[in-house]
Amino acid sequence: MSIAPAPSAVPPAADAQPLLVLERLLKIYGEGCPDCVARTGPAAGTNVCPRCRSVVACGDLSLRLDPGEIFGIVGESGSGKSTLLRCLYFDETPTAGHAYLTPYEAGRVDVFAISPQRRRYVRHHLLGMVYQHPHLGLDLDTSAGGNIAEKMLMAGTRHVGRMRERARELLGRTEVPLDRMDEPPRRFSGGMQQRVQIAKTLANNPPLVLLDEVTTGQDVSVQARVLDLIRSLGRSLGLAMIAVSHDLGVIRLLAQRTAVMKNGRIVELGLTDQILEDPQHPYTQLLVSSQL
Amino acid sequence: MRAADLLVARRSGYNFAFLDEHSKREVRRALLKAVAIPGHQVPFAPRELPIALGWGTGGLQITLSLIGPRDVLKVIDQGSDDSVNAVNLRRLITRTTGVRTTTDTRRATIIQTRHRVPEESLRADQVLVFQVPYPEPLRRVEPSDVQTRRMHAEQDYSRLWVYLYEDIVRWGDVTIPHRYPVRVHGRYVMDPSPIPRWDVPKLHRSPTLGLFGAGREKRVYAIPPHTRVEPLEFDDHPFRVEDFGGERCRRCGSGRSFLSAIYDRATGRRYYVCSDTDYCERRIAGGAAQRAAAP
Ligand SMILES: Nc1ncnc2c1ncn2[C@@H]1O[C@H](COP(=O)(O)OP(=O)(O)O)[C@@H](O)[C@H]1O
Ligand SMILES: [Mg+2]
Ligand SMILES: [Zn+2]
Repeated sequence: MSIAPAPSAVPPAADAQPLLVLERLLKIYGEGCPDCVARTGPAAGTNVCPRCRSVVACGDLSLRLDPGEIFGIVGESGSGKSTLLRCLYFDETPTAGHAYLTPYEAGRVDVFAISPQRRRYVRHHLLGMVYQHPHLGLDLDTSAGGNIAEKMLMAGTRHVGRMRERARELLGRTEVPLDRMDEPPRRFSGGMQQRVQIAKTLANNPPLVLLDEVTTGQDVSVQARVLDLIRSLGRSLGLAMIAVSHDLGVIRLLAQRTAVMKNGRIVELGLTDQILEDPQHPYTQLLVSSQL
Repeated sequence: MRAADLLVARRSGYNFAFLDEHSKREVRRALLKAVAIPGHQVPFAPRELPIALGWGTGGLQITLSLIGPRDVLKVIDQGSDDSVNAVNLRRLITRTTGVRTTTDTRRATIIQTRHRVPEESLRADQVLVFQVPYPEPLRRVEPSDVQTRRMHAEQDYSRLWVYLYEDIVRWGDVTIPHRYPVRVHGRYVMDPSPIPRWDVPKLHRSPTLGLFGAGREKRVYAIPPHTRVEPLEFDDHPFRVEDFGGERCRRCGSGRSFLSAIYDRATGRRYYVCSDTDYCERRIAGGAAQRAAAP
C-alpha cells in the first residue's frame, strides 16, 4: 500500500522573497468615521462616505511585488491609483496599513512606521518616483544635470565630477542630448522633461520605481518612445516598477501582472494577459471591452 | 532718541545696560538654548532699542544681556573700530554701562562685530558677538519659513548643495563671497553672517564662544568653543578663501590678512589695506618700535 505524502509534509515552494509587501493600506481624506470603509467601494459605487463625507481614496489595499517585476495598476480617474503611489513614496501619510521593503532591514520593518529621517533614506536610496507632471519631480529651473545631482546629493554623494559622469550616463540612457545637460528643463519639450525625470529617478540605482501616468497627455509617438524606454530600462537594470495608468493599452505594454482599481479598491488582480482575455469582475469586463 | 539723551535717561532711571533684567534674562535663556544646540536658530523676542532694526540690534541685545561692569568692550564694523555704526553702538553701550572700551583685540572681553572676525587669534576668555542681517542659510533656495524649518529638522540640505553644484557648473567655482554656509558640529547648516570666506576657517574649533543675533528676524544662534565648523564643499572642489594675488597691505605690508581694495582717484589705481584696522595699526607700531630699537 502506498501512502501519499500528506500535503503538510510537502515543503512549500521556496518563493523568491518579494521586494515589496503592502498590507491593508488605508488612506482617508477627511475626518473619517467607523462606517467609512463599509459604506464605500465598488459595491457602493463611490469612495465618499455617505455618513461623514470623507474620501476613502485607498481602502484596504494589499499587494506583493517581486524583484524586477513590472506591476500595473489600472482604473478610472479618481480610483485611488496616485494616492497609492504617493503613500508608498511618503508624499502622503497613510491612515493605516503596513509596507515592507526587502532591501530595508531585510523587510522586517514597516516603513510606514519609521522616523522622517529613515523615511528620507528609503525614499532616496530605495525608491524612485516619476510623476505625471514633470514639475513635481523636477526643479524646472535647475539644470537637468543639477536635478540628477540633487538625487545623488540626497544620498550623500559629494563629488561634482562623479555626479556629472553619472548624469551623462543616465541622460544617455534616457536619450536626452548631452549638450543640454546644463540647461534647465523648463526649456525642454514635455517628452524630454519626462525623460529627464526618469533619469533623475534612476540616479541612486533604486530597486523600485513608481510611475504615475508617465505617458498621459503626450503624443502617441512620444508615448511609444517613453514606453519603450521604460521597458528597456526595466530589463537592463533589473528594476521593479509599479506603473499606474488609466489606459489599459499602456498597462498591457508594460506590466506582467496588473491590479484593477475602482472606488479605492482592488477589484481584480492577476496576470495581465489573463485579465485582458478573461476579465472576471464586471468593471474589468467593461474596461476591457471599452478600451481594447 | 539720540545717544546723548541716553545719559540723561539713565540718570532718570534706565537700568544698567539699558535693558531691564527680565529682558536680559530672556535673551540669555535663548542663548543657553543656542549654545546647547550649536548652529540651531533659536527664536527670541527683541526689545525696543534706540537704534533702528537692521543696525545691529540683534548683536546689541546679546552684548547688553551679557555685559558686566568689569568687561572691556570692542565694537567693530567691517573690521574698523571707528566707522559710524561701530561708534554709535559703542557709545550706547558705554553710556548705559560705564564699561571700559578698547580697540585692542587682545584686551577686549566682549567683541561685537559686523561682517568680520578679527585677524588676531581669539581666546577662551573672550566672547565674539556677531550682528546678523539674515540668519537663514536656506533662504537662498527656499522662501518659506515652514519649509526651511522642516529642512533643518530633517537635515535636508540637498537643495543648498544643488545651489553650490549649479554655481560650479556655471562659473567653474562656488561664487558665494560672504555668508558662506557652514555645517556646525556635523549637524545644522548655519549662516556665519556676512563675514568674508577668509574668516570662515577661524570659526573652526575656535576657543572663543561665538554668539549670533538677528534683531529683525528675531533669532539667535551660537558656536560653542572648540566646535567643528565646516564650510560646505565638494571632494573635488574644496572650499577656498579669497586670493589677493600676492597683494599686500599698503600701510603695514601684511600679506596674511584680509585686504580691502581702495581705488586711488589720483592715480586711477587700486591698492589694498588691511580691513582689520587694529591689526594693521599694531603692525605699524610694532615695525616703528623695531626700527627705533635697532642700533
Ligand atoms: N489631497 C486630497 N484631498 C482630498 N481628496 C483627495 C486628495 N487627493 C486625492 N483625493 C481624492 O482621492 C480620490 C483618489 O484620487 P487619486 O488617487 O488621485 O485617483 P487617481 O490617481 O486614480 O485618479 C479621488 O476621489 C480624489 O478626489
Ligand atoms: Mg492619478
Ligand atoms: Zn465616514
